[in-house]
Amino acid sequence: MVKVGSQKGLGLFSGNEAIAAGAFEANVSLGTGYPGTPATEILENLVLYPGVYAEWCPNEKVAVEVALGASFAGYRALSTMKHVGLNVASDPFVTAVYTGVNGGLVIVSADDPGMHSSQNEQDNRHYARLSYAPMFEPSDPQEAYLMIKEAFEVSERFDIPVLFRTTTRVAHSRQNMSIEGLRKDREPLFVRSAEKYVMVPSNARKRKKDLLIRVRRIKEYSESTDFNFIELNSHEVGIVTSGPAYLYIKECFPEASVLKIGFSYPLPEKLIRKLAQEVELLLVVEELDSIMETEIKSLGINCYGKEFFPADGELTPGIVADGIIKAMTSLKQKSYAIGWTSSERVEKIPERPPVLCAGCGHRNLFYVLKKMRAIVTGDIGCYTLAVNPPLSAMDTCVCMGASIGEAHGFEKVQPEESKKKVVAVIGDSTFVHSGITGLVNAVYNNGKSTIIILDNRTTAMTGHQDHPGTGVTLKGEKTVELDFEKLAKAIGVKYIAVVDPYNMKETEKALREAIEFDGVSLVIVRRPCVLIEKKKKPPYYIDEEKCTGCWVCLRLGCPAISKKGDKAEIESYMCTGCGACEFLCRFDAIHLVKEKTDG
Amino acid sequence: MDNYSQSNLIIAGVGGQGNIAASEVIAMTAIKSGLNVRIAETHGMAQRGGAVHSMVRYGKKVFSPLIPEGDCDFIISLEYIEGLRWLHYLKKGGMSIVSTEKRLPYTVSAGFSEYPENPEKIYKKYGSAIFINALELARDAGTERCANIVMIGAFSVFESFPEEDWLISIKERFRGKFMDINQKAFFLGKKAALTEVKQK
Ligand SMILES: Cc1ncc(C[n+]2csc(CCOP(=O)(O)OP(=O)(O)O)c2C)c(N)n1
Repeated sequence: MVKVGSQKGLGLFSGNEAIAAGAFEANVSLGTGYPGTPATEILENLVLYPGVYAEWCPNEKVAVEVALGASFAGYRALSTMKHVGLNVASDPFVTAVYTGVNGGLVIVSADDPGMHSSQNEQDNRHYARLSYAPMFEPSDPQEAYLMIKEAFEVSERFDIPVLFRTTTRVAHSRQNMSIEGLRKDREPLFVRSAEKYVMVPSNARKRKKDLLIRVRRIKEYSESTDFNFIELNSHEVGIVTSGPAYLYIKECFPEASVLKIGFSYPLPEKLIRKLAQEVELLLVVEELDSIMETEIKSLGINCYGKEFFPADGELTPGIVADGIIKAMTSLKQKSYAIGWTSSERVEKIPERPPVLCAGCGHRNLFYVLKKMRAIVTGDIGCYTLAVNPPLSAMDTCVCMGASIGEAHGFEKVQPEESKKKVVAVIGDSTFVHSGITGLVNAVYNNGKSTIIILDNRTTAMTGHQDHPGTGVTLKGEKTVELDFEKLAKAIGVKYIAVVDPYNMKETEKALREAIEFDGVSLVIVRRPCVLIEKKKKPPYYIDEEKCTGCWVCLRLGCPAISKKGDKAEIESYMCTGCGACEFLCRFDAIHLVKEKTDG
Repeated sequence: MDNYSQSNLIIAGVGGQGNIAASEVIAMTAIKSGLNVRIAETHGMAQRGGAVHSMVRYGKKVFSPLIPEGDCDFIISLEYIEGLRWLHYLKKGGMSIVSTEKRLPYTVSAGFSEYPENPEKIYKKYGSAIFINALELARDAGTERCANIVMIGAFSVFESFPEEDWLISIKERFRGKFMDINQKAFFLGKKAALTEVKQK
C-alpha cells in the first residue's frame, strides 16, 4: 500500500519511501522486485515517480536479471527484495559482481532480525563477503535516502553492483525529513564488450582478478566516505556499530566514542585502528551475526561483542544498554546506570496470534484437508496460518515453492503398502514464484503427488500485490493473465480440477478424486481474497434456540465466531457471509441475518 | 514548545484497527509544532488480526524509533487488553488511554486462555488510566472504522498541540475522505476524555 509522505510532501517518510525518493533522484530508470516484508513498499512507491519504469517480477532471480539487463544497457537500475529473496537471486547476483555494471545497479536486501514476518533471520551482510559486493547499511530513513544516491555513484565509479542492506527497523520506521525531489539527466551508453559481459571461464578468470583490484580500491573508499565516521567522546570505551544499533547507543550512552559504519563492506581498517588506539575498551555492537567482530579480531585488534550481545533477534535500546552495562562491569569493574527502569510485565495476557480472516477461502480448504487426515507439505503465504489450532493442518513450511518438491519426495520414499496421502498446498503467487519447476519435476519423474494451488487472485500476505496470474501489472495496467489450467496441461498434468472453496462438498470431492488419481494431480482452489472482494454478502447469525453448543463451528477458527456462554455467537460486523459455518452446522442453527428480519 | 523534551507513546491494538494511521496522524501533528518524530510500525504477518503496535516518539531530538522499556509516557490501547502487553514500558507517572472495545483473541474464543477479567485494575496499577467507549462513539460518528480517530481525539486532551493541527493532519492522512465522520469522531473522543478527566 502506498502511504503518505513522499507523494504528498508531508515529510514523514518510512525507510522504504525514503529509498524510493532517493532512487528517483539518483536517476534510476528501472526498478524491479518481488514483494516481501519488509521490502515491499519501495517498489510500490518508486512506480509513482515520473520517468521511472518499475515492475513486479515472478521472483527475485528474474528481478535481478532484469535490473542487470538495464544496467548493461547503460541505465541505472534498482532491484528490491527481502533477505531470503537474495538467496533466490544469488545466482545472477554473485556473477554480476564479476561482470560489473554499466549503469549503476543497486540491490536492496531488507533483512528481518527478530523474524517479525519471515521464516529465518539470516544476516545478509555475509552476502557482501561471499560475493565481494560493496555494502551500505543505513540506520534510519534519512540516512537511507542519502545513501541510496551515493550507492549508485559507488556502483558506477567502481564498476560493481552494490548491496544495500536495510532491516525492518529502517524499512518500517518513519521520521520527518525533507527531500530534494530533483532528478538530473544522464546519458546512457551501451558498449559491446564480450570480455566484460560474457562470463565464460576464460573471461571470468580475468574478471575475477579485476574484481579483486576493484575491491582494493573500494576499501580506500571505505576509509574516506562520510558514511563511516568516528565520534570521539569518552576514552574509556569505544563502540563499533552499524544500522539502527547506532541510534540505540546514542540514546543510552551518548558519552561513548563511536565508529559508525554505514558502508560496511569492505570495512574501514584504518578507522577501526584509529578508534582502537583512542579508547581503553573496544566493543562491537552488531545485530545478528558476529561479522565485524570477527573481522576486527582477525586484524589483531582486541575487542568484545557477542559475549555481551545476543546473536539472535532484534536489538533494542534495552538490550544494547544491558550489554554495555554488563561489559563495563565485567571488563572495567565500573557500574553504569541508565535513565529509565522498566516494570514487571503483566502476566497472563492471552496470546493474540494472527489468524485467517473471516471469510477467507483458505480456511475451508484446510478444514477439508484436516478432515481427510492428509499429510500437508505447506508453503509460504497467508495460508501458512493454517498451522495454528484449531485447523492445525500444515506439516511443513520451509521456503517459497518447497511444498511441491517435498510432497514429491514424501511420495517417492513411502512404501506402497503404507502410503499416506500427501498433499502440497501452495498459494498462487508462490506457485508462480517457484512452484512451476517443482511441478515440472513431479510430472517428469512420474510422481503421484497431489498439488493444491490456493488461488486467491493476489499476493495477500505482503499486502495484495499483483502477479502474472492476476493479469494486472505493478503500474495497474491490464496484461496477459497466466492460465494455471493451461500451464499445468502443457506441463503434462493429467488430472486438473478447479473448485470454489466456499463449496466445501465439491472441494472435498475433487480432493478425494485427485488423491486417488494415479499420477500428478492438481486442484486449483479459487476464491478471491475477502480483503479484495468488493461484493459484500450479508452476515449470518446463530439461532440460540437451535444451537446445542456442539462447537463444530468453532473448529473453523473463524474470528467472527466465539463462545457466548454455552452457545456460539457470530459477530455480525466481522462476518463476511461465506457460509462455511452454516454448511458445518448439523442443527440448522446458522442463518443469514436477512432471514431473521424477514421472519 | 521551547522546552519540549520528548514524548514517547505506544499505540497497541489488533491488526486492522487502523493502528498505523493513528500513529501517523499523531506524528504529523507533532511535526506541525516543529518537533522531530520517529515511528516504529508493525507490518506483514501480524496484520492478519494479530496483536500489533506502533511506537511514536517526538521531541527536539529523537534517535531511536524504539522506546526504551520504562520510558513510555502514554499507552493508547485501541482494544481493551492490548495495552496490557506494554504496561511494563510505562514510566512512573505514565498514562494509559484505553478503548473498551473487546476483540476476543482466537486463543480465548477457542477456550485455550481467558480474557482478563478486570483490565481497568491492571492499567491503574501501572499509572493513571482513562477508558473510552470508542466503538460506540465511532458508531455515533458514522462508522466503526473511525474508532482509531476517536482515540486520537481522546489523546489530544493530554498533549498541547493546537486543535486545528490535529484536524489538518487527519485531513491530510485520509486525503480529505470521510472528513465529516473523522472530524466528528475526533471531537467525540476529545469530549469523552475531558469528561473522564473532570470526574477524577
Ligand atoms: C524468497 C521469498 N520472497 C518473498 C517472500 C515473502 N512472501 C512470503 S509469502 C509470499 C507470497 C504469498 O502469496 P500467495 O502465495 O499468493 O499466498 P497468499 O498470501 O495470497 O495466501 C511472499 C511474497 C518470501 N518468504 N520468500
